[in-house]
Amino acid sequence: MEIKYILDIIYLIASVTFVLGLKMLSHPDTARKGNIYAAFGMTLAIIGTIFLYNHSDGHTTREPIKIILILAAIGVGTVAGWFTAMRVQMTKMPELVSLFNGMGGACAAIIGLMEYEHNLGQTGALTTIIAGLIIGSVSFSGSIIAFLKLNETMKKPIRIPKYNILNTVVMIALVLFGAYIVYAQPEHLFLVVLLFVFALVYGVLFVIPIGGADMPVVISLLNSFTGLAAAFGGFLYQNQVMLTGGILVGSAGTILTLAMCKAMNRPLSNVIFGAFGGGSAAGSGAEVNGSIKDISISDTAILMNYAKKVVIVPGYGLAVAQAQHVIHELELLLEERGVEVVYAIHPVAGRMPGHMNVLLAESNVSYDKLVEMEDINPQFATTDVVLVVGANDVVNPAAKTDPSSPIFGMPILDVENATNIIVNKRSMNAGYAGIDNLLFYQPKTSMLFGDAKGVLAKLVTELKQM
Amino acid sequence: MNQLLNFLGENIQMIYIIILSVFVGVEVIGKVPAVLHTPLMSGANAIHGVVIVGAIIVMLNTPTDNILALALGFVAVVLGTLNVVGGFAVTDRMLEMFKKKK
Repeated sequence: MEIKYILDIIYLIASVTFVLGLKMLSHPDTARKGNIYAAFGMTLAIIGTIFLYNHSDGHTTREPIKIILILAAIGVGTVAGWFTAMRVQMTKMPELVSLFNGMGGACAAIIGLMEYEHNLGQTGALTTIIAGLIIGSVSFSGSIIAFLKLNETMKKPIRIPKYNILNTVVMIALVLFGAYIVYAQPEHLFLVVLLFVFALVYGVLFVIPIGGADMPVVISLLNSFTGLAAAFGGFLYQNQVMLTGGILVGSAGTILTLAMCKAMNRPLSNVIFGAFGGGSAAGSGAEVNGSIKDISISDTAILMNYAKKVVIVPGYGLAVAQAQHVIHELELLLEERGVEVVYAIHPVAGRMPGHMNVLLAESNVSYDKLVEMEDINPQFATTDVVLVVGANDVVNPAAKTDPSSPIFGMPILDVENATNIIVNKRSMNAGYAGIDNLLFYQPKTSMLFGDAKGVLAKLVTELKQM
Repeated sequence: MNQLLNFLGENIQMIYIIILSVFVGVEVIGKVPAVLHTPLMSGANAIHGVVIVGAIIVMLNTPTDNILALALGFVAVVLGTLNVVGGFAVTDRMLEMFKKKK
């Protein structure tokens, strides 16, 4: 019995669990199981590789020290990964996904750096190595920038003049540089390391001009990049599990990216090349007429108490303020008094599609209270009070009326059809896309300034006394 | 030209896997509801952590006297593990919250 066949079968099983896992992840009932299946397959593949893998040239050796090092590295990664994942707050999930994605990219890039010397003279192998190295590095540095942006460490999109042209030039130069290395095959690693650094710089340039609101799309795109980088590694080693895993994520990730773009009604090219909130924002800001109207907590409480139907529009501000629990409390209180309360969920509310669902589920809001955009929009006409908490761009009428607006064409929640609109915001700062919102100036709209958690808690107290 | 043909011929099985996997990837997540976009992205993120298998292979093929290569390989395995373990754990946490509601 050949030991190699056992590993081949392990890889086959792992590949099947990946396909099954992805399939099950796209249905709410089976999603959790699907994730566990894929994790199981991954564990098998890792253990199998450590103990059964043998390179065809017989390079492979298993001195105890190497096995100990590998197991130690896995131990360190497991402890760090597990604790970060378990400790992090739900609101921080998107940046965490981005960070882990970057780790995978870096791993692929290091493999490329290390394998280069061993494959001199083989053009085919070198091509896959260099491609994996470039894509992995871009994915790594891009993910780190995306992480910093979501983290709000890096707040404003940074735009070097003519960045579109600059980025395109850098990208072409990067590809040519890579091609040159494959062609010339320099024996010294210096040029390869230079290529690595150059790819890192491109990753930064690629993500840095893109606005924070578009980060989910960028992360999803970088996610499929890392998949591709893993697949190149699989090609190099003729390793089926890396190949299937990598390509699956590459193609599924691309589809997911496009689905996200569709939810925002913007083509992908627009996300990458279109300046979100650039000069046009300033232009539309000038047309603002009408004035901002304040409302007090007690007036809000009265308004809600006597309403028949209240629709809550949650946005990322709700998540930042950690107000998902207190809003659930408000919902229950109002329902006790016979007010119908539902949540209007815009597909891209929060930092990632589905982000609001995850957050509200965390505070035990029941599923059927979360109404998707297409279903809630016709209901606004019969709604007495809309409470917008920390959302901005998803209720901005400019998406419908102002062709010069960067979000023009994005489907929005038609809150302006409701009788009263109350908007809770921390300040008059523009939303995540960096553009002004005419909704705030409408006569039906009142502003309830303050931190979402504090304001909602006061509202709950006020309502209890009524 | 000849070289290219040889390359394709020698790797034809790999190329089959690639093409078929592309279609499987597209089909498998065909109509995913927006609610599941984030967990799905996170799950896919964990799956590309399979790149760790490559990092392990690099280490196994490195002679023990090459300290620099071993160190780099060690870092690569740590990073790959972070991607795998963190990815699956985060996805599970997200999905756990959905489950509670049923």
